[in-house]
Amino acid sequence: MTYSSAAIKAFSALGDATRRDIFQRLASGPSAVGDLAKGLPITRPAVSQHLRVLKEAQLVTESSEGTRHIYRIDPRGIAAMREWLDAHWAKSLDAFKNFADAEFETENTIQKEKDK
Amino acid sequence: MSIAPIVHSTTVKAPPARAFELFTKHMGKWWGVGQTLGQSPHRDMVVEPHRGGKWFEIDANGKELRWGTVAAWEPGSKLLLHWQINSKFAFDPDFSTDVEITFVAAKDGGTVIRLEHRNLERFGAGSQKLVGMLDTGWIGHLGAVKNYIDAQN
Repeated sequence: MTYSSAAIKAFSALGDATRRDIFQRLASGPSAVGDLAKGLPITRPAVSQHLRVLKEAQLVTESSEGTRHIYRIDPRGIAAMREWLDAHWAKSLDAFKNFADAEFETENTIQKEKDK
Repeated sequence: MSIAPIVHSTTVKAPPARAFELFTKHMGKWWGVGQTLGQSPHRDMVVEPHRGGKWFEIDANGKELRWGTVAAWEPGSKLLLHWQINSKFAFDPDFSTDVEITFVAAKDGGTVIRLEHRNLERFGAGSQKLVGMLDTGWIGHLGAVKNYIDAQN
């Protein structure tokens, strides 16, 4: 079994006790940098630095709400699954349309022949 | 945490009652070859025509592989399927997401079909598992977390 670079990054990112703490705090809900810093014995810039590492490891994602940067757990696995399903359903509905329209045309033609 | 549902729609020439029938009764005919769990090409995709019915494929070897459950059966208007294939592409009776397909009459006599696959955040139960592993102590669980992360890649 080989480990992907994403997995290795996730490991090294979570190898640090403070980052594990931050990651666990975000697991209970999204949070802004300032709010995270309040509960930790480190400075706000230090929290930002840790968040940057977690983000690079695809463990958390960042979004902006006004001037606040909100961090939340990156739903690893969900994004890939959603992408697969999205493509799956798009293809499936196209295939259904082709099938259903062809069936309906055939049924109509047969009906018209009968009506003649 | 919530993930945006997947929504797709299409318009077919058949009226709602017939479109519903073609969608459900003949799913095996239009379902993509290879878009199944078992030996390809599949023989059929079966949607049992009642609430509580099973939704399953019959693979090339005749083996039945379950996809989910029929949660609502309203011919000509609505089909609600419980998609019970988890992120590891295995049927899991304790896992369920909703696939709702509605059939609405179009002006020209055809049907507008809208498909919505929702509750996608449930695919991420694994993230909570990772957090749980951290809660019980990092050291000693590295192997389990490695397996978890591998499964996601």
